[in-house]
Parts: sequence; C-alpha cells; structure tokens
Amino acid sequence: MSRARADEEEYWHSSKFRAFTFDDEDDELSQLKESKRAVNSLRDIVDDDDDDLEKVSWSGEPVGSISWSIKETASSSSSLEGRDISLQKGSSSYALPKQVSSYSLSSLFKGRNRLPSLSSLSDAFSDMGVKNYAPELRRPKAEYKDYSNDWSPRDTVRRMQRGKVCSLERFRSLQDKLVLLDEAVAGHDGNVITAVLIFLKRTLRREILFRELEVRQVALCHLIHFLKEMGEQKLLLDLLRFLDRTEEVALSQYREHLNIQDVEKKREFLKGCIGLPFSAEDTSHIQDHYTLLERQIIIETNDRHLEMGGQSEIFRKYPRKASILNMPLVTTLFYSCFYHYTEAEGTFSSPTNLKKTFKIPDKQYVLTALAARAKLRAWEDVDALLTTKNWLGYTKKKAPIGFHRVVEILQRNNAPVQVLQEYVRLVEDVETRLNLATKYKCHDVVIDTYRDLKDRIQLMAYKCKVERGSAEEEKINSLLNNTQIRWKN
Amino acid sequence: MAARRDAPEPPDFGILKRLARDQLVYLLEQLPGRKDLFIEPDLMSPLDRIANVSVLKQHEVDKLYRVENRPAPSASEQLCFLVRPRVRTMRYIADIVNADKMSGRSRKYKIIFSPQKFYACEMVLEEEGVFGDVTCDEWSFYLLPLDEDIISMELPEFFRDYFLEGDHRWINSVARALQLLNSLYGPFSRAYGIGRCAKMSYELWRDLEEESENDGQGRKPEIGNIFLIDRDMDYVTALCSQVVYEGLVDDTFRIKCGSVDFGPEVTSSDKSIKVLLNAQDKIFSQIRNEHFSSVFGLLSQKSRNLQAQYDRRQGMDIKQMKNFVSQELKGLKQEHRLLSLHIGACESIMKKKTKQDFQDMIKVEHALLEGFDIRESTSFIEEHIDRQVSPIESLRLMCLLSITENGLIPKDYRSLKTQYLQSYGPEHLLTFHNLKRIGLLTEQSPGETLTAVESRVSKLVTDRAAGKITDAFNSLAKKSNFRAISKKLSLIPRVDGEYNLKTPRDMAYVFSGAYTPLSCKIVEQVLERRGWQGLEEAVRLLNGNEFAMADGAAEDAGDAQRTVLAVFLGGCTFSEIAALRFLGKERGCRFIFLTTAVTSSGRVLEAMAEHSA
Repeated sequence: MSRARADEEEYWHSSKFRAFTFDDEDDELSQLKESKRAVNSLRDIVDDDDDDLEKVSWSGEPVGSISWSIKETASSSSSLEGRDISLQKGSSSYALPKQVSSYSLSSLFKGRNRLPSLSSLSDAFSDMGVKNYAPELRRPKAEYKDYSNDWSPRDTVRRMQRGKVCSLERFRSLQDKLVLLDEAVAGHDGNVITAVLIFLKRTLRREILFRELEVRQVALCHLIHFLKEMGEQKLLLDLLRFLDRTEEVALSQYREHLNIQDVEKKREFLKGCIGLPFSAEDTSHIQDHYTLLERQIIIETNDRHLEMGGQSEIFRKYPRKASILNMPLVTTLFYSCFYHYTEAEGTFSSPTNLKKTFKIPDKQYVLTALAARAKLRAWEDVDALLTTKNWLGYTKKKAPIGFHRVVEILQRNNAPVQVLQEYVRLVEDVETRLNLATKYKCHDVVIDTYRDLKDRIQLMAYKCKVERGSAEEEKINSLLNNTQIRWKN
Repeated sequence: MAARRDAPEPPDFGILKRLARDQLVYLLEQLPGRKDLFIEPDLMSPLDRIANVSVLKQHEVDKLYRVENRPAPSASEQLCFLVRPRVRTMRYIADIVNADKMSGRSRKYKIIFSPQKFYACEMVLEEEGVFGDVTCDEWSFYLLPLDEDIISMELPEFFRDYFLEGDHRWINSVARALQLLNSLYGPFSRAYGIGRCAKMSYELWRDLEEESENDGQGRKPEIGNIFLIDRDMDYVTALCSQVVYEGLVDDTFRIKCGSVDFGPEVTSSDKSIKVLLNAQDKIFSQIRNEHFSSVFGLLSQKSRNLQAQYDRRQGMDIKQMKNFVSQELKGLKQEHRLLSLHIGACESIMKKKTKQDFQDMIKVEHALLEGFDIRESTSFIEEHIDRQVSPIESLRLMCLLSITENGLIPKDYRSLKTQYLQSYGPEHLLTFHNLKRIGLLTEQSPGETLTAVESRVSKLVTDRAAGKITDAFNSLAKKSNFRAISKKLSLIPRVDGEYNLKTPRDMAYVFSGAYTPLSCKIVEQVLERRGWQGLEEAVRLLNGNEFAMADGAAEDAGDAQRTVLAVFLGGCTFSEIAALRFLGKERGCRFIFLTTAVTSSGRVLEAMAEHSA
C-alpha cells in the first residue's frame, strides 16, 4: 500500500475519502461501469486471436490440464460403458463374502501368519518387497540394521512413525500393550496411535480395552474416529454406552438416517429414534423431524396425484419444480401457503395446520405466508394477512416482521405502486419511510411525509422528481401555496 | 521502529514443485508399461499445478479417471490409483480388484498414497482380501507452492480431523513438511508457537531432525524464523466477513488451489474462465490485499492508463506502429483481459453483497466484536434465519455471537437452534452437536461451573491411573475469553474520525478498521518481543501451550532473520495473509505462509456438517 500510489489516486480520483458502503450501488457501480465501458471500448482493438492465452475448453479448464482430460475420459468412455456393463453382469450375481470379523493384521504388523513359523528376520525381507520404493529425500543410514525383534516400545513407535513395518505381536501382557499405547500417544503421530489401537482391539476383550481408554482421552478419540470411519457402528455404540455418553449414543444412531434413501424406510427409522436418550429439547426436535416427514409423504402423494390429473388450476399454472420430501419445515410451510392456502385447518396440508402442529411463531408464519402470496401476486391475501381486528371490531394493519420487510418482499415480487404505497406509508421510522418511498417512487408518501414534517425545502426539491403536469406536481404546488401550513423552513 | 527497510525477497519455492514432480515420475516408472491412472478428486487441482497430461503420457499413462463411487470402465492391464489415505477409497479399490478376481481377470494394481499411507488403509486392504494383490507406495507431496509466499499442504480435512475428532494423524505430515522446508531453506534458528497441535508438531519435527544427518550445516539459510499457530487460538478472525479483495473473491467464488472459476456473470460471455490468481497477475497483485473500497479506484485508474497506452497509436508512423505491435501489444492485451475480468468480478461481488444486506451484516459483526447491542444483533440473526438466507451465513453469525459472548444464554441458544432447524432442516441437529464439541457454538451453563466439573474429574483421576487426564481438562477449559483477550491485546482500534482504509496504519484495515485479527496480533507481538515475555496474561486466556526456542548458533542480521515462516495449523484465511503482508511491509520483514489449507468461514462451518456415507 504505497503512499505514492495513494497520492496519485487522490489526484485523478479527487473526491475525498468517504466511508465506503456496499449499499451505495449507484456511486460505486457507476465508477465500475465507467471502467468497464472504457475497457470494453478497447475490445475491438484487442482482437480475439488469443495466441498468448491459455487454450480453454468449453468447461473452462485449460486444454491439456489434468482436470480437463479426466472429463474427456469420462465423456468418451460412455460408449464403452455398455460393453463393460454386460461384462460385469456376469460377476455381479456373486455377492462377495465380506470378512467382517477378521481384524487380522498379519501382513501389516508382520511376524505372523504368512507361514506358521516364519521368523521375523526373513519376514522383514519378504515384506520389503511390498514396501516403499519411493525415493526418500534423506534416508537414514541406520535403516539396514532394522531386523531385530527386540525394539523397545519407544523404538517401536519411532520406527512406525517413519513408516517402517514393525511387529507388535510380542506385546502380549496388558502392561506391555499399555506402555506401547502410551508411547504412541506421546509420539504425537495419530497414524501410529490408530495402528496400536487396531492391535489392541484385536488382542483385548472389549471391556478391558474400553476401561483402559477411559483414562486415555487422546487414544479414545482415535478409536472413536477410527470406528466411525470404518462404519463399525455396533462397537462404537457399545463404547459410547460404556462411557455413559448417552447423548452421543442417540445422535450416532440418529445420524444413520442420512444413509437411508427410501422415504418410507426413513420415516420408520425416525420413528424409532424418538425413544433414544436425547435431551428433552432434542427429543422434541426428533419428534418434529418424524412428524414433518410423515406429513410430507402424505402431501407429496396427494399433490403428485393432483398434478398428474391436471384438474387443479394452481398446479397447472405453476407446476412443481421439485418434490417436497425431505425439505425443511419453513420450505414446507411456503409450499403449503403457495398451493394449499385456502384449505381448512383440518387437512394435513393446510398452512394453519402446519403452524399449529409445529408451533411456528407468528413472525415466521407471516414472513413465509407473505412471501408465498406475494409470489402469486395475491394482493388481497397479503392485505388480509396483515389486517387484525381488535375486540371492538376495528381493523388495523399489523406486521410482526416490520413494515419495511413487508415492503421489501412485495417489491421483490414486483408489486404495483398502489399496493406498495400502502405499506410504505406504514413504515414507522420516518427516515426509512422516506428512503423506501423515494426508492420505489411512492410519490404520495414522500409528499405527505414532507408535509407532516413541515419541510418546505425538501418538498420543493422533490418537485423536480415527479413528472411535469402530473397529479403529484399539482399536489405539491397546492401544498406549497397552502397558507395554513406553518413551514419550519 | 527504525528506518524502514525493504522486506527480503521470498525464497524460490519452484524446487518444491520439481521435487514432487520428479518423485511422481519415479513412482509411475515403478509400474512400467501402459497403465490407466485413477485420481482422487481432491488431488486433481494440486496435481494440475505441478504436472500436466503430457508428463503423465510420457510415462505411459493411457487414460485418466476420477476415483468416484461407481465402477470404472478401464480396460487396461495395469491400474494405478493416486489417492489420499482414506478408508472409503480403499474399499472402492478393493471392489475393483475383487470384481476382477471373480471374473477371473488378472491385472496389476498399484496404489500411490499422498502424502503418506496410513496403517488403517492397509488394514482395510487386508480385510478385503486384496493385500498382496496391490502394491503400495507413498508420494511425499506435502507442499504445494500456491504463490511466491504461500505454501499449502492442501489438506482441508486437517481441520475436522484434528479439531473436531481429536485425531493426530496429520501431525506427522506437518512435521515432515517442516523437515523438508528446514532442509531446503533453513536451518530455522528461532521457533515460536502457540497451541497444542503447534507444540506437538514442533516436537515431532525436532525428533525427526535429530536422527537425520545435519546436512544443513554451513549453508546459508533463507528462512530464519518459524511461528506455528493453531486455528483454535483464533476462530473469530476466520469467522468474520472478509473485505480485502482476495478474501472477498474467495468468499464469493471460492478460490481453489490458487485459481478461480469466473462464471458467465463475470466474464460477460457464455463461458467460464479459469484464472490463476497470484503475484504473476499484474492487476491482481496490486489489488489483492486492498480493502474492497479502494479497489474500484485502482481499477479505474488502471483502465485509464491502459486507454492512454492504446491511444498513443494515434500519432504513430508505420515504423513506430510496427514496434508497438511487436513489443507492447501483447502485454497490453494481457492486461486488458485481466482488467476486464477483475472489473467483472467486482461487479458481481457488489451485486451479490447488496442483495445479501451485507452492510447491515457487517454492522452486526462489528457490534459483536465490540460487545454492544447484543440484543439487536441476536434479533438480526434470528431474522436472518427466519428468512432462510444462506444457512452458512446464519451459522457464522451465531458462532460469532457465541465466541464473543463466551456462549449463548440458554434461552437464546434454544430458540435460535429451533428456528435454525425449522428453516434449514432438522438434520442440522448433528451440526449443532459438532459445533458444541469443537467450541464454536456453545450454551452458557449457569449451574455447573468449571470448578465443579474439575473436582468431579479429579475424583476420577484418583480412582484410575493418575496423570492421564490432562487432555480432558484441556477440553473442559476451552473457553474463548474473547472479550478479555481483545482488551488485553487492544484488538479493537480506537479511531478518532474516519479510519483511512486507503493508506491504513495497522492490520485492522483488513476488517475495515474495526478489528485487528487476533492471530496476526499474536504473531506481531511475539516477533517484536522475541518471545512471550509480557504476554503472560494473554497466553493464560488463550489456554497456554506457548513456546519459544532459539538456536544460539545463528544470530546474524541477514535476510533470513527477517524472513518468517508462519505456519497455520487448521488453515488460514486470505484476510490473515493480507494483514501479515501489511505487517511485513511496515516492519521490513517477509512472511511466508505455510497452511494446511487456505480456509474461510464457509469452509470452517461446512466441515462441521454431517453427510451420508
């Protein structure tokens, strides 16, 4: 940020420093637009023989880049796929027997199992065959005397940290195993900690392992993460139960619903989740999740039917873009306000029913209903939504979300000025009201507000913003000529 | 500070790319003959930065595939997999091998793990019955230079793995990365750090260093200092809206591996363009670190200059014209192209931000940082949620509120959470649980004080083996104390009048002068004091784990002593990079950034969500 440059900039862009706002669309963007015009005007000089530029494919990847080639393979291989699928058909009928319970680490932590009595020395050699030909930047010279089996726990951990194969089978007493684990933790390498845990998991009864891990938090985290990654859900739940982490037990089970595609199955599963040991607060969230999906299934079945039948006007006019299944509650409410607004409270798809069932706060309800009805340009509904009757029967406009938000939503849906005006007028804060009224050309509101403020100067200034000879201009003139008003300026 | 010196030039990191490429070539040659290469999607962009298709073709790579969840149509006799060490990927590979076995087909398979293999992966291969059918290698591709001063490990999962799951699996990779940098650009004579992971990484690195031969002796170091810092020392900075240009581009378009895809809305054509964003881009390098408000001015200045350059053609004779075309036109054309892209990007950013009430949002953020109008901010967040504005933004504001206030009061926590689940989906119950665990979004618990928990846990300690429980304590003591730290380190600058964003006086400019990034402030203070003396209170509030080591041998005032390797464990943001670049310029020193990945509020929070397997 050189000072010289700042000076230079002052020179040509001589407006003084101002507070920058992202709202100042006009000013900042016009500056941008000006630059853009300047640059674009150069475009015909700068013709398009991009000889010095990267060649870019349709997807925007530079031609010859690896990401690009992969896309190419993917598209060109589609023709091959047909043949390969038929090839696979033959094999896919055999289900592969998965060795679920075999946690053997034989070739990993060697010294075991390949040939019954293989001593560690030759085994070490045979394993070199599989291991690491990668050139290391600096390979310690000491590597070649590594065949001994008598590494201390500490050295074992160090060797493993450096990616060397090491037998763990001699750590047979609980004492030895724990020393090894503690060394691994002290060595800070998570990969080694997990390796030791895999070994411990295989060679210790789970209650003993759990008991020892309870006082070894770091190792415990590693085991939990490992079980999550492996998808060993049952053991994970046992562990969490052992640790009395009941909330995590519940969450971990609930999490499984993410993997269920079929909605009916998912609903059944969620039903089962309601009884899990969640906190009271979360139990009600789970209950809601279940109820919501249940509703969505009903609504979806009905509406798909309606839409297919082609009898319902709303569905013909606004075909659904996506199914409502698995959508959030607020989206569901919007959907129901859009397609089922006038239904009686008794039906599952009616907005009022949703509001009641899920105890949706007034504010949220109004916001969503407003957005939905405005989208349909149903201005009377909007009006009714914001009108309340008091006990004497008088009606009054009320917006729990604030009228400035109402205006914003209506404006976004291209409400006509007459509609907009009505709500701009109700914005309480005078400054905001003036801003909105000016922005959306609600002249009447601007004029009335200046009149109420007795601000003659602003009113006069506003005259040039309204059309010549329009009713607005006339109104301003008559106000300015009105001798009854005691202007403040 | 004495007279300002120019910061030293950054060392040449090109060698890191060459090393990685050479090793990859070597590994490919280990499988002679034609082969198909399967690449992990996460590795594609990094690979693109160091090699191209022709390098792969030269080494007999036939076809390239993406590792994904469907069967591969490859017909090659040799399959090579270039992958991150993940259980899921191992199962994918095992399925391919087993399908071949079932159909009686024999091929050669090779897995190349990057940056290293994990025991758990080999265990899966063994379980699936394919251990021995595949050969395994490691491609030690730890370091990808993204720019002249940024090196990324490209391990975004580091953040979740370490800070949420408590898994130390990547610490070894960090230690090895440090070892490599130390051997090429060191020896580092001073090391500072704060955070548990920083400390462990440092210790493991020293451990590795001890047993390797000291071939670094006698060579002239280029980097003299390193500073390691854990992301959880400072979540606030990572969660703030970015307003320097590079940060905004990242938040808006997502910079991936040093390049960005500008879509049709930016290019004002029907195609997207991939643009490398680095110091080579003459336009970008001048605006990347600027506050967004200064960017427009700079861009219009540039476009005027450019126009003036072109206008010179008017009075030229044939010979001058020929010169102009052969010598200058190419450069001008390049500049023209870049200029229109960045102008397009600015326009697009403005449009998006205006739509999002960005101005109001920033106001709320600043109020949270300073600790006033908490009620108003809370209702702003509530409205944000009710209107279903971006789920990540809503979460971001909630987290900021939580960290700055040491947790939400239970009533607010309940109601915001309920509304969030209603607006964005009930499954986010899991996200909230993760956020609570990591300490980003917590609930104040008035009943149970820390000491009560402590006494309960210490009883546990006496019952069981003593001394192993310190970690449990650490996680319990994870309180943010932001307000106190902010006060102690004066993170909120006192401004009389308008903060001048065009010629800023301190690092706070990266957040419009409202807040100095905590992480960068710590770095500044420690480097200034050459240690932690005088910062005891701040360190205590940050929960300790600080260290400072000096190697007595090297103590010259050369460039190396003015070059600092700033290591961010769990990611750093472009705002932090801009702030430290600014500091470097002010103090005449050079910061080199080593990060596990470039991060942002979006990435931090997305890492907290749960997905289907």
